[in-house]
Amino acid sequence: MSNVLALIETSAAGEIRSTAASLLAAAARLGTPVAVVAAAPGSAAGLAEQLGSLGAAQVYLAESDQVGRLLATPQVEALAAAAAELEPAAILTVNSVEGRDVAGRLAVRLRAGLITDAVDLRPSDTGWVAVHSVFGGAYTVESTIEGGPAVITVRPGAVEDRAPAQAATLTTVPLGTSASAAAVIDGIRDTVATSSRPELRGAEKVVSGGRGLGSKENFVLVEQLADSLGAAVGASRAAVDAGYVPQTFQVGQTGTSVSPQLYIALGISGAIQHRAGMQTSKTIVAINKDPDSPIFDIADFGVVGDVFAVVPQLVKAIEARAS
Amino acid sequence: MKIVVLMKQVPDTYGERRLDTQTGRVDRGSSEAIVDEISERALEVALRYKDSHKGTHVTVLTMGPASANAALRKGLSMGADAAIHVLDDALVGADMGQTAAVLAAALPRNEYDLVIAGNESTDGRGGAVPAMLAEHLNLPHLSFLDSVELSVGEVSGERVSEYGSLDVRAPLPAVVSITERAAEARFPNFKGIMTAKRKPLSVVSLAELGLGPAEALAGARSVVLCASARPARAAGTKIVDEGNAGEQLAEFLAANRLI
Ligand SMILES: Cc1cc2nc3c(=O)[nH]c(=O)nc-3n(C[C@H](O)[C@H](O)[C@H](O)COP(=O)(O)OP(=O)(O)OC[C@H]3O[C@@H](n4cnc5c(N)ncnc54)[C@H](O)[C@@H]3O)c2cc1C
Ligand SMILES: Nc1ncnc2c1ncn2[C@@H]1O[C@H](COP(=O)(O)O)[C@@H](O)[C@H]1O
Repeated sequence: MSNVLALIETSAAGEIRSTAASLLAAAARLGTPVAVVAAAPGSAAGLAEQLGSLGAAQVYLAESDQVGRLLATPQVEALAAAAAELEPAAILTVNSVEGRDVAGRLAVRLRAGLITDAVDLRPSDTGWVAVHSVFGGAYTVESTIEGGPAVITVRPGAVEDRAPAQAATLTTVPLGTSASAAAVIDGIRDTVATSSRPELRGAEKVVSGGRGLGSKENFVLVEQLADSLGAAVGASRAAVDAGYVPQTFQVGQTGTSVSPQLYIALGISGAIQHRAGMQTSKTIVAINKDPDSPIFDIADFGVVGDVFAVVPQLVKAIEARAS
Repeated sequence: MKIVVLMKQVPDTYGERRLDTQTGRVDRGSSEAIVDEISERALEVALRYKDSHKGTHVTVLTMGPASANAALRKGLSMGADAAIHVLDDALVGADMGQTAAVLAAALPRNEYDLVIAGNESTDGRGGAVPAMLAEHLNLPHLSFLDSVELSVGEVSGERVSEYGSLDVRAPLPAVVSITERAAEARFPNFKGIMTAKRKPLSVVSLAELGLGPAEALAGARSVVLCASARPARAAGTKIVDEGNAGEQLAEFLAANRLI
């Protein structure tokens, strides 16, 4: 089987991000998964064991003191070096901000084709097929790369199965100083590491609030319901624009796309751009005081009512059942 | 300072957006074509700098069908100084790699200090063209900027990602892409609309860029194998709160094993 490279995302402290397991599982569908990691020299002890347990057959550790100092280029260099050595059938990155930067640059450098935001990958008679969810899930499209190597970004968490654990071999290579033009990182604020709630992307349950919450203080209601369900917190763009929550909470066309088992929309009208980010959720619940809100067109259970009356009662009922 | 802003025309997100399931391409007839909102915000970043720095020259650049001319006209009426439209039948259905290669060829050599793009287009949502462009031009790339600080010789800003944020900077020339946090776009005013008509808008073909169709379009490329519409979602139960909707909802969740 040919090698398939998977770029592992790491935190500023060098820890493996939660996206690794899903990306390695995606790689395993197309060939032998090789985890590629860019890390500061000597900072990545124990990596082979950890990534092997997530399905990597080999760990290609590219060491450079530019990691964390230059934006995206050390990761591009790491993948380019691994590609030259291992002749992969495909190169995968996470469809994250960094993953897309790296994939874009790398595709041009390797004269490879680029496919972004695959939600699934599978082998086919002629090679492999990538599956996409287009226009907010309204269409399913299958595509592939012809005429050269392939770089593919995979939606985080979209591939849910896990590759079997193996004993990974470790290859450590020093990266030379990159000659290509790069942006410099002056400061890093890692916020994910400090939150106790589930991450929005890939969450099983999501509770989102909209402009109907009325104020930043009132948005606590959304958090209370989310915590009683063990859910992630999301928001509409209007709620973000009003300053109730940071932009990273935004669900929709220009925010995060989510596809949880349960999505609860509180005080959200259900504008087409919001729906584009959540309409593939398994079960949708909406609470809105306007009976004509478009969110009700796609809700499995809709409540025409005031969030300030319905949600506290719901939280109480959930807590009563839990105890 | 010379700034080039990349503008893209897309189907209006407020409309019914359709995909031609035969070709897998956007059905341009089904909804109105408008300037992608994020492109207008990218232009706004450039225009704010121009407002406070006399002598700044802003060019808007697009690659797209004949109708994309309207996107450039809007850019000119908002305040850009010149426009370039890459128009060629050979580019119908171009993928991101081809788009980036063509845009790179269209960027007037040594005629810009900064290229500003949107972080991601609302139709393709690829979010990779700016990075690809930067690699073609061998320039530094600051992506997904929530804020942009521009000074002589340097661009810096706050770059947000799924995990937090970074302070980043690069020497000019550079490519940056901005998020919808970066700026709220202005509306063209009457004077802008009137003067736009007199501003230069050049339409260039692949041949005029020195690219044969083969050069621009050859190599590895993405191909759509099939496309299908997902069945629309139907509405389910809808109740009006009469004092016990919270309890009814809890029952619904329990019945569906969601609590
Ligand atoms: C290019 C583009 C991209 C966009 N991207 C996104 C995106 O990614 N995500 C997104 O969400 N939007 C996006 N939008 C914006 C979108 O069009 C809507 O403006 C936005 O989703 C509205 O948010 P909202 O539903 O919270 O606010 P509103 O539309 O104002 O709705 C508020 C709702 O709250 C209800 N309400 C008020 N008080 C109460 C109460 N006490 N109890 C119950 N209900 C109450 C009202 O009946 C109303 O339906 C985008 C727009 C464009 C043009
Ligand atoms: N055909 C195009 N013409 C001009 N700019 C484009 C084109 N395609 C993409 N861009 C720019 O690249 C950004 C990101 O697009 P994308 O990578 O396609 O999501 C857009 O917001 C534009 O600024």
